[in-house]
Amino acid sequence: MSALTAQQLAEKALAASTADGCVVYVVESTEANLRWASNSLTTNGAMRSRQVVVVSFVDGGAGMAAGTVARTGTPDVAELVAASEQAARDAGPAEDAVPLISEEPPGAGEWDADPAETSIEVFAEFAPALGEAFGAARDRGDLLFGYAEHAMTTTYLGTSTGLRLRHDQPSGRVELNGKSTDFSRSVWAGVGTRDFRDVSVPGLAGEVERKLGWSKRRVDLPAGRYETLLPPSAVSDLMLYAYWTMEARDADEGRNVYARTGGGNRIGDRLAALPLTLRSDPAAPGLEAAPFQVVGASSGSASVFDNGMATPAVDWISGGVLTNLVRTRAWALKTTAPAVAAVDNLVLEAPDATATQDEMVAATDRGLLLTTLWYIREVDPQTLLLTGLTRDGVFLVEGGEVTGAVNNFRWNESPVDLLGRITEAGRTERTLPREWNDWFTRAAMPPVRVPDFNMSSVSPAS
Amino acid sequence: MAAPRDVDESFLALPLSALTEAALTRAVDLGCEHADLRVERIRTQAISLRDARLEALTDGEDLGLAVRVVHEGTWGFAAGVVLTAAEAVRLAEQAVAVAKVSAAVASDRVELAPEPPHEGAWVSAYDVDPFGVPDAEKTALLTEWSERLMAADGVEHVQSGCTHVKEQKYYADTAGTRTRQQRVRIHPEFTALTVDRTTGAFESMRTLAPPVGRGWEYLTDGRWDWGAELAQIPELLREKTKAPSVEPGRYDLVVDPSNLWLVVHESVGHATELDRALGYEAAYAGTSFATVDQLGSLRYGSELMHVTGDRVVEQGLSTIGWDDEGIEAQRWDIVRDGVLVGYQVDRNTARLGGMARSNGCAFADSPRHVPVQRMANVSLQPAPDGPDLDGLIGGVERGVYVVGDKSWSIDMQRYNFQFTGQRFYRIEGGRLAGQLRDVAYQATTTDFWGSMRAVGGPSTYRLGGAFNCGKAQPGQVAPVSHGCPAAVFEGVSILNTVQEGGR
Repeated sequence: MSALTAQQLAEKALAASTADGCVVYVVESTEANLRWASNSLTTNGAMRSRQVVVVSFVDGGAGMAAGTVARTGTPDVAELVAASEQAARDAGPAEDAVPLISEEPPGAGEWDADPAETSIEVFAEFAPALGEAFGAARDRGDLLFGYAEHAMTTTYLGTSTGLRLRHDQPSGRVELNGKSTDFSRSVWAGVGTRDFRDVSVPGLAGEVERKLGWSKRRVDLPAGRYETLLPPSAVSDLMLYAYWTMEARDADEGRNVYARTGGGNRIGDRLAALPLTLRSDPAAPGLEAAPFQVVGASSGSASVFDNGMATPAVDWISGGVLTNLVRTRAWALKTTAPAVAAVDNLVLEAPDATATQDEMVAATDRGLLLTTLWYIREVDPQTLLLTGLTRDGVFLVEGGEVTGAVNNFRWNESPVDLLGRITEAGRTERTLPREWNDWFTRAAMPPVRVPDFNMSSVSPAS
Repeated sequence: MAAPRDVDESFLALPLSALTEAALTRAVDLGCEHADLRVERIRTQAISLRDARLEALTDGEDLGLAVRVVHEGTWGFAAGVVLTAAEAVRLAEQAVAVAKVSAAVASDRVELAPEPPHEGAWVSAYDVDPFGVPDAEKTALLTEWSERLMAADGVEHVQSGCTHVKEQKYYADTAGTRTRQQRVRIHPEFTALTVDRTTGAFESMRTLAPPVGRGWEYLTDGRWDWGAELAQIPELLREKTKAPSVEPGRYDLVVDPSNLWLVVHESVGHATELDRALGYEAAYAGTSFATVDQLGSLRYGSELMHVTGDRVVEQGLSTIGWDDEGIEAQRWDIVRDGVLVGYQVDRNTARLGGMARSNGCAFADSPRHVPVQRMANVSLQPAPDGPDLDGLIGGVERGVYVVGDKSWSIDMQRYNFQFTGQRFYRIEGGRLAGQLRDVAYQATTTDFWGSMRAVGGPSTYRLGGAFNCGKAQPGQVAPVSHGCPAAVFEGVSILNTVQEGGR
């Protein structure tokens, strides 16, 4: 990369700082990807990057102000630090100012170690297996589309209060989309992974082949409310939106779905009829995420003053009851409530649930089995009403069996409202969100049954 | 308008020639049929305020280089951040290595449509480089305007901010093209919010000012009347909170360009990207109902519909001199008299679509990403002798006037869409009759454009747009503008969002 290591850059910037406080983080990342369409590779890449971020804190008398400057590569450290300090002087007192973190969080990492890396070689076994899947699909008259990506990100965070924290974050995903040659039938399978050693191309291809087989019988259904089985991927896309909206300040100010009528927030309210738990845990097996916060810009849900703050396991919903919202230390002080940081993973569980998706299908007299959701957007923040489409497989279940594929639908639903209407949840398993996996790959969700999912209109797309 | 400027000397001072020589020579030595080098520096500053107090001011710069090759008919791509000849050689070698790994699963040979070599520099039209304005001055202006909103009756919260970007690109390829470019874009936004604590209801309203390919002068030169817009918002917001909830049904819509630009983007812009029509985006953003076999015959909309692709319009967010494959900027027809007549393409898809030349729609959003086919400024043309806004509204007996964008969603083949807006007004007897609440409209693309029975004249035409249109894997964002007039659509389905939510 350069003569200076990430740790040296961080130390040099901290040493150059003349501010009242300083946070420096360096993010080293490597990434490799393959993309394919119609049984052939289309694009690919191997990328290496380094980002250096300096956050300076300057007390102008009226309060502490913060300024953030970020550069890629190996920037001139003195210039970077000076720019950051100037930005802080220009900013004026910050509303979220609190003393910087000085207590080392658990899982601080090995500061002196080199950054972890990935390369195109991560696909050494995957690519030939994918080639075999292309051949098999070609032989069947099917087409495969998709994408595989592996990234390794190492973050070094140093502060003027003495913290030296390091975290390696591997992230990987595979999406396999199967289509008939006329594109009239389309199905999907996807997984998240840390290292590709647990990715089975034959397993994914088999799932795609099975669903393409289900799709050979086509059934047209009108818009309406249907008993619907949502698979883990679809559940994760809905729950992620509910999670991203869990800002305590917005709720306390009456401006999100977690606001209580009359004032305050809805912590303590029962949101789910079933005793569901929605939680995040940086140590969740297979979903490991950073155990401390790294923040470049303050918002209602994160603060640059909280850099290095521990992000322990947290229940957002426990036993069906809203238990926590995301709260910065500054807002926590103002509202005499605990500071709670967001974590980069999400798990939904029902206690003692053992049913697999197939078993839930077998227990369904008549209903729809979805595959994934797409183009999810907020319609009404007050209720968190979302809209979106079904995609790559809506299957009709009759008498406990899949009997054909149904047209796609546009739906309008609120994930918070849905929580209250889920009548059954199955066994939680690792899943890949379809809509949001650009940003979020670490999720584990159960399949769920909703008796009256609102399919607002028919989508002719296949 | 200030005199045309040059690309910043600090960017030109980078070792562009040495990097070019090193990367392209090594790629040719390794047997590549084609190789290109991009050096990019993208400066982004985001200022956000909450309730008229600065929440965050971040200043980022992304500088790096990328080498893309075609080796034995297969793409290879590598990117890094160290601007040395040795690193350029390493990236060329890595790109070839990636191509070799990929060859095992590549059955289609990459062939690029030809383009003559170009040499030159291009800078977008702006007066004041926002990065040359002191942060304190920018923050002070945003704070003052936010305070104005906060001071109004009923406005409990204000979310505001401004994002501006300066993008510098150098491109070189083995055919001899050498281009240097610089462009600036800016997006200020102000949102007022009112909260009724007794009912738990809250409502918001945002400025309609679109993101544009301009500099800081966008906030100061009066061409957009910020003062008038900010002054109107509190009263409009109050009216919205008291407005009746819409009765669902079919209505004639008069759609303002502040809303229609997004319909153009989703239902025409994305649907006429040839890579989508060919299946290259099938697993992610999706395909298109506008398939290649229908080029020249697909009835896209009414005969009033004329849509162009445009990479040359001044102050467009997708306006350039040359694209990220060295193709000269162009303007062309996509829909003419309501019929599909063109696509947006890059050099590879041009060849696949049987076209002699790319129309210049390759774009990479960072030095770390491979160029993909991205959107031109796709615009609905006004009727040369068309009516003004009052004339359009006056022609509707019972309908709804839609202003500003808010929520949007469309399916993966660009048929079924649902949009909301900032404001909806009842139209009764050709006149506006107050705002409506809880409105969303749904339609299918060809039904919607087929129902367009009147197109506004040039006085109603406005350039809207977005900073962050997403596409491709790994995900990339692209800025793009869409011009359109106001237009009238017959019998469009309107939903009540409260009822949709089951309340």
